[in-house]
Amino acid sequence: MDQLKEKALSSDAASLSVTSKEQLGRRAFLKGSGLAAVGVAVLPAVGLMAPAEQAYAQKFERLSESVGKTLVKMARDIFPHDKVPDKFYAAAIASYDQKVAQDAQLKSMLDSGVAQLNAEAIRRYGKAYADVPGEGERVVLLYEIEQSAFFQKVRGDLIFGLYNNKEVWPLFGYEGSSWEKGGYLERGFNDIDWL
Amino acid sequence: MAATFDLNDSEVVVIVGSGAGGGTLANELAQKGVNKIVILEAGKQFTLEDIENDEWAMFSKLSWLDKRVTAGTWSPHRTAPNLPAWICKTVGGSTVHWTGVSLRFQPHEFKPLTTYGRVLDANLIDWPLSYEDMVPYYELAEKKMGVSGAPASGMPELPKSNNTLVAEAGARKIGYKNVVHRMAINSRPYDGRPGCQQIGFCVQGCKIGAKWSTLYTEIPRAIATGRVELRPEAMVLQIQHDKSGKVNGVLYADKNGTKHLQKARIVCVAGNSIESPRLLLNSASSKFTDGLANSSGQVGRNYMAHATAAAFAIHQKPVKMHRGTAVAAIVMDEQKHDPSRGFVAGYNLIVLSQGLPFAAAFLRTPNGWGREMTSVLDKYDHMSGVWICGEQMPMEQNGVTLHPTEKDQHGLPVPIVANSDHANDALIVKHALGQWRKMNDALGSNRIVEVPVWPAAHNLGTNRMSAKASDGVVNKWGQAHDVKNLFISDGSQFASSAVANPTLTIVALAIRQAEYIVDQMKRKQL
Repeated sequence: MDQLKEKALSSDAASLSVTSKEQLGRRAFLKGSGLAAVGVAVLPAVGLMAPAEQAYAQKFERLSESVGKTLVKMARDIFPHDKVPDKFYAAAIASYDQKVAQDAQLKSMLDSGVAQLNAEAIRRYGKAYADVPGEGERVVLLYEIEQSAFFQKVRGDLIFGLYNNKEVWPLFGYEGSSWEKGGYLERGFNDIDWL
Repeated sequence: MAATFDLNDSEVVVIVGSGAGGGTLANELAQKGVNKIVILEAGKQFTLEDIENDEWAMFSKLSWLDKRVTAGTWSPHRTAPNLPAWICKTVGGSTVHWTGVSLRFQPHEFKPLTTYGRVLDANLIDWPLSYEDMVPYYELAEKKMGVSGAPASGMPELPKSNNTLVAEAGARKIGYKNVVHRMAINSRPYDGRPGCQQIGFCVQGCKIGAKWSTLYTEIPRAIATGRVELRPEAMVLQIQHDKSGKVNGVLYADKNGTKHLQKARIVCVAGNSIESPRLLLNSASSKFTDGLANSSGQVGRNYMAHATAAAFAIHQKPVKMHRGTAVAAIVMDEQKHDPSRGFVAGYNLIVLSQGLPFAAAFLRTPNGWGREMTSVLDKYDHMSGVWICGEQMPMEQNGVTLHPTEKDQHGLPVPIVANSDHANDALIVKHALGQWRKMNDALGSNRIVEVPVWPAAHNLGTNRMSAKASDGVVNKWGQAHDVKNLFISDGSQFASSAVANPTLTIVALAIRQAEYIVDQMKRKQL
């Protein structure tokens, strides 16, 4: 029955793979594009181990290093938070590195999306996307592909992959699960001092 | 002692759904001595152990994710084309994830046609019952649910959180005086459940059971009578009837997809306003070719999800809206019908919070990406939110229909849910967003971000009640005009949406309906 449900839910998806109910739920909610087929599942710990503030130790094995690096840069340009280190964007993108092993269509979408983005970057600026130094210049390139399935897929997955990473939450002042600490009744639910 | 009943027991009262309507009705009937009740619930049963303070995890556990299709001009058609409604498929239904807002209708809201007059393109009718008819049942519902701030419960309102205090301050600055926090959340221990600990995550299911839900109140109490059998993961596919046109059983699929026919004396449908009309439409027969109980042609029509939009205000200093109940306050100064504003009916401003993951998902700045969006989220801890709850005009073309080709996992047509704003709805939303802006401007907020309508939590009106059989599907007891042993027990029986969140009225109607059913059974009329 679960398989049937997946089929029913996914019948509009161009690229189907084995997706969990959880992912489908998010997809139904986040619908970034009609082609979205899989969500981002588990955030790998490897990206979170990076020592330096902005450096990240993410290795891409199934995606090429170049594609991985481009997607990380693109991830930051889609949701640019100056206070969020690269390692968290890398962690969000790293899930693709695992997914593409089982999903050739996803790999093809990401490879060709990055290739087109780089081709346009070279045409316009003489450099690959990730090497274009100015965010403003790169964002111009993103506006050109904003309606594409590739862009919408990356955008939609980042909503989960970036903002549902518990390690990121403290940077935004979001405190996550509270029941195990007794909620906020004795911990500042009414501590406002500026009204 | 949990009862079990035979599939062939034709004395069973079958209730489809276990949420605010179905769960309450089951317990009320059982407490009044009705001794054979079967609740068929499509979703799984969870316990408080399963509840997490995690937005996406609980969305996945609780939500109704079977395929649905959106249509019309509302924004879910673009942002969530297969998720028109954000409601639950679980024991307890949407009372597991509701925020707890418990407001009565205003007296005039039971008479929208009389009060507003004829409104072009709106399919208005008056309810076949009045506020005065409802008062005793509202009191029973407020007491049952433990509505803090309502005299019936004796509980004071919840203590004020940061988000409450910000809303009150803004409201005061623009001259508003009617800010309340009337919630079915315990402000102190009540009815065997603890007081609220300001955990947040009301919408993910209350981890400690301080918020009323049929999951841990009505349903276990109903089962404890020994008169009620709950069958979770039982998806009802069709209601069947005899030659005379009385319903006599329901066909359902269990978790393995195996189909069973449960015989029935009475069938009460409480599957929320998408599944309930869908079930009636899918129960069409040679006798009822347009669907069961549909001689009026109103089954599936007049869908209402409130005149709504949402917005976030960014304040100059931190609010930390996530600390405390998901709904922090209700600003009610605009609930009145005051045509001088340029529209009929009114609205409430429901002040609420979201966690960072959902704020990011709901926030659709025009492009949904880039610094326009991230500069908002960078200020997450400075934000407060609002959800506008305005009265939506009923329109015949807004509604639930069966998809001509797409089928679900049981082979039944998936529902298409169409919704477009009436011109009056758009005026309500515009006014409400303007007032929210004024409230927050007055506090020195430097940015207001409007958020598109998200999948509907309030789904109403698709089997509406009416005095005349030609105007609606059920009478003032929720009893089908066409089939006397068929009842509608959820928000689909609403004749209008009002500006109140619907749960309290659904519960009050269920209590009232239970009295009627018991009376009719005693009189051998059912």
